[in-house]
Amino acid sequence: MPPDLEFTRKTSFETVGARPARPDGNDKVTGRARYGADVSVAGMLVGKVLRSPHAHARIVSIDTSGAEAIEGVKAVATRDDFPDIAPDAAVEGEGEENMWDVARNVMARDKALYEGHAVAAVAATSAAVADRALKSIDVTWEVLPHVTDVDEAMRPGAPVLHEDMRTKGLENAPRAPSNVAEYLKIAMGDSEAGFAKADLVVERDFRTEAAHQGYIEPHACLATVSEDGLAELWCCTQGHYGVRAMCAAILGMELSSLRVTPSEIGGGFGGKTTVFLEPVALALSRKAGRPVKMTMSREEVFRGSGPTSSTSMSVRIGATGDGRLTACEATFRYQGGAFPGSPVSYGAVCGMAPYDCRDVTLHCYDVVANRPKAAAYRAPGAPMAAFAIESVLDEIAQKLGMDPIALRLKNAVREGKTSVYGPTFGPVGFVECLEAARDHANARAPLGPNQARGVAAGFWPNYGGQTSVTMNVATDGSVLLSLGTPDIGGSRASMCMMAAEELGIGYGTVKAIIADTHALGHNDTTGGSRVTHSAGMATIEAARQVIRIMKERAARIWDIDVDAVVWEAGRVRPSGPNAGDHEPMSFREMAALSARTGGPIAGHAEIDAEGAGASFAVHMTDLEVDPETGRVVVLRYLTVQDAGKAVHPDYVEGQYQGGAAQGVGWALNEEYVYDAEGRLRNPGFLDYRMPVASDLPMIDTAIVEVPNPGHPYGVRGVGETPIVPPLAAVGNAVSRAIGRRMTHVPMSPPRIVEALDG
Amino acid sequence: MRYEAPDTLEAAVGLLSAADGAARVLAGGTDLLVQLRSGPVEPDLVVDIKRVPGMDAIVEEAGGFRVGAAVPGAALGEHAGLRAAWPGVVEATELIGSTQIQGRATMVGNLCNASPAADSVPAMIAAGATARIEGPGGRRDVPVEEVATGPGRTSLAEGELVASVFLPARPARSGDAYLRLIPRTEMDIAVVGAGVSLTLGENGAVSAARVALGAVAPTALLDRACADAIVGAALDAAALEKLAAAASAACRPIDDKRGTVAYRTRVAGVLARRAAAIAWARAGGRA
Amino acid sequence: MSHYRVTAVVNGDSVDFPCDAGETLLDALRDRLGLTGSKEGCASGDCGACSVMLDGRLVCSCLVLAAEAGGREIETIEGMADGNALHPLQRKFLDLGALQCGVCTPGFLVAAKALLDRDPDPTETDVRYWLAGNLCRCTGYDKIVRAVLETAEDMRGA
Repeated sequence: MPPDLEFTRKTSFETVGARPARPDGNDKVTGRARYGADVSVAGMLVGKVLRSPHAHARIVSIDTSGAEAIEGVKAVATRDDFPDIAPDAAVEGEGEENMWDVARNVMARDKALYEGHAVAAVAATSAAVADRALKSIDVTWEVLPHVTDVDEAMRPGAPVLHEDMRTKGLENAPRAPSNVAEYLKIAMGDSEAGFAKADLVVERDFRTEAAHQGYIEPHACLATVSEDGLAELWCCTQGHYGVRAMCAAILGMELSSLRVTPSEIGGGFGGKTTVFLEPVALALSRKAGRPVKMTMSREEVFRGSGPTSSTSMSVRIGATGDGRLTACEATFRYQGGAFPGSPVSYGAVCGMAPYDCRDVTLHCYDVVANRPKAAAYRAPGAPMAAFAIESVLDEIAQKLGMDPIALRLKNAVREGKTSVYGPTFGPVGFVECLEAARDHANARAPLGPNQARGVAAGFWPNYGGQTSVTMNVATDGSVLLSLGTPDIGGSRASMCMMAAEELGIGYGTVKAIIADTHALGHNDTTGGSRVTHSAGMATIEAARQVIRIMKERAARIWDIDVDAVVWEAGRVRPSGPNAGDHEPMSFREMAALSARTGGPIAGHAEIDAEGAGASFAVHMTDLEVDPETGRVVVLRYLTVQDAGKAVHPDYVEGQYQGGAAQGVGWALNEEYVYDAEGRLRNPGFLDYRMPVASDLPMIDTAIVEVPNPGHPYGVRGVGETPIVPPLAAVGNAVSRAIGRRMTHVPMSPPRIVEALDG
Repeated sequence: MRYEAPDTLEAAVGLLSAADGAARVLAGGTDLLVQLRSGPVEPDLVVDIKRVPGMDAIVEEAGGFRVGAAVPGAALGEHAGLRAAWPGVVEATELIGSTQIQGRATMVGNLCNASPAADSVPAMIAAGATARIEGPGGRRDVPVEEVATGPGRTSLAEGELVASVFLPARPARSGDAYLRLIPRTEMDIAVVGAGVSLTLGENGAVSAARVALGAVAPTALLDRACADAIVGAALDAAALEKLAAAASAACRPIDDKRGTVAYRTRVAGVLARRAAAIAWARAGGRA
Repeated sequence: MSHYRVTAVVNGDSVDFPCDAGETLLDALRDRLGLTGSKEGCASGDCGACSVMLDGRLVCSCLVLAAEAGGREIETIEGMADGNALHPLQRKFLDLGALQCGVCTPGFLVAAKALLDRDPDPTETDVRYWLAGNLCRCTGYDKIVRAVLETAEDMRGA
């Protein structure tokens, strides 16, 4: 931890915990806020992408001469316009991105690996001309057998995506290629010995289908490459430093030659942590010598950008007759689309992390299949594993005649406990969440016929990471924060609040912007629930620097030792009578004196934040199933989660509610539907069924606050955890309502009817 | 592509008849604009009929209602008389899409788009509605069930358009209803739809009935066996079960992204039964 | 593609712009008139991010041809505030944190205003069904629905 953050943690707050309007709010309610597609420049061309109609096909040749001959076509780009990448090149996106994979995902080289894989792009004077040009590109395909299902992809003899792929992590290195990129075993204790102690063992197989992040704003960017090779990129992204690094690696550019400015971002949920259009737009602009704007259609978003993994899982858990978990052995098979990197190990660990169970063995398989490369989606990998684990726990509770919350309370991790997640937990709020759910009015709401209540828990470890923040103090005492973490859900407001809190000034005095890549040091991507924790920590650190500078200046003005100056309630004052009789000076007065006391006052912090505190959640839902049609109506929904310290409770609640809604959608109706040719059948909001307003009740929230000792204000990230419990909470409620255990997500009406008949 | 907005019906028919290539009628546009963007063929001509006087009118005629081709769903819902006479038809039309879609989408467009899953069509068929077709050969009125001939295909000849739909006078002691199954509460295309219109005799038994099913065959089905299942008796549990069985038996569905054969077949029976119970209650039927 | 000239009233101002036959009203608003507050989320009428009022009816501007707009009155999010005074719905969305990423917000506000203009006292169910054509992926709708209900209450009391 940086030295300035080592002093006492704050426990009483003036600004933090209030609910002020956000600084970017007016622009967003008036339509002025500028998102990815909202900027145009003179001479701009329209870029469009040609995508593979085949799930798996070798690209024999690409003839672009027809397109190039069309009037108004200014550039055509194919694999030949991108240098090949070294197989082991990697940069930071949300986690480490293998650039060989990312580059091949952005533009196919030898093969198209999924329907929707980009194979060529054009830049033209209008969208209509670009569309015509795409139709004039002649690709000769050699169609190959394909596989989209995770279990089928693992079978011997399945069509192989990458001839050079040998499963990593096996004891005996395999000689034959396969679609299993990696096997990983995560274990603690001795699960067989644990099962020997069990009075009851429940074992089940589960499946979950792929879901899309479903942000409302399609990917969009505007690229301008000048004659000297300097480039500017405007785009909607969760991490413009990651975009810069990936584009530079793909195009062979120097980082300092590419300035990336993030637009307002219309939702990401993990899906905007990598690049799709951005390197292509830069390549087209470089070739055409003109700015190029590219936007994805909704269909392209579904076919070409990252959904999450689909999974197949087998879980076996043992318990004693009084409900103590004795052992867990589970196998998780996640297909991550056409390239390795599915979040299977995150998922596996998160699923059992909440439980004090000593004997656990988890087998993880990272599998490739002919689908779009999976991108991060809110708590990557965890909702699926939690569905499997929490479903089995619910069944154990049913079989033991135990209340599902009581079962979890009996096994919940607390401070000092260790789970398969690894680190020994510090203070965590899981027990408090369970108790709050148990004591909530919803737990006693009456249930009618065909109605039932489901409970499930969730965990996400949270993350800190690299963050740079600059705080400039203007001479009138107002404060400007430059942040490098794109604001998706209100983080500018939270940062302004933490700055105001630390400086002891009014919230309205602080303004924040998201600065471009030239303005600040590196920032990791907005993701993993890291921003309020790490950018908050950096903001506080910058504020403490400002305070230190003001104390030094006051010491100089008063001609006393700096140690004799104290900072209190937004003012400098002498530490006592021995320090001299000087009138305290306010933050504003010190700012006004800056020109005469040594020049501009600014604080900045470049940190690699540690100390992220895990956030646990408990969800409880009541729903009704129509036994004749299998339709589900959600009647009540409660989310309880530990926020450590809620900086802006509206936006904490918003994270809880939004994650729950996404999870309910995934649980009930959202899925990628493929036909026999491996083509996506539902690439639109009509048939990819995200919840609409009338599908949901009010989503009740309870914020538990068990301070995180790793943050000066006790903050825990809250963004990921809310999507972890819903699949299981809904599944447990449906299973109890119909008297059959649901094991396949989404639990769409036909699947529920099938379960009823089965 | 050319866009024309004629101000007479004759001019609209003339433009459609004279078109060299593909010509499409634009009313609410909620299907057409999606097809313009992603359809396989761009039409050469789009004829917007909303500037033709009377197209946006609902007119009382012979005790029934004539609904112009440009009347959006929202206007249908705001018409108290039509709503009282044919609640099933109005509700079916209002199920199409969102509030925004209701601001534009028309019943005639829903009919002419010829989707087997169109919500208003089974309700109109059950109601015994007729479509008024105008064309180079003059005017003809046909039962609405004769307009669609398959997914995306109609019996309209070149140059013809449907100018209005006529909902007949509501018989005494009668009621109608339409139900559909969608996974969400809004914004989906029907997985199955069922429209029922029935009339009670003096004795309280069902004296006449029309039952139409959507999304279970290439076009909406008007099924005689379903009607026979409930005509002649009070609508008791046994009659409703006969209806459900008949409706399931009438289905010739496909497996697709929205539902399976087995699911559609089962739910068609459930919905026909539930819709009949609502229509019966609206007709004044007592158990 | 044939070209047209359209004269219409947008947010109370008379405007005149060229368009292609197949161009949508949404594209014309954004690309010809610079009114980028209306967003393209799907271009198929399934998300409501492009909601505008057309002659007093709520529509998706992605499902209207620009050429159809001749002589019509259009209201967009840019016309919702009265000068520097936010509409009560805009104010309430800010006060209740009824937006996160904000990209769906213009569509929700236009749609919600259309509801309150015709029904000053909607139920929660009315609000949810009226707004079912506006997708939001961030909020789970809770705070949006509350904001509309509270605004209705405030406006009735005013």
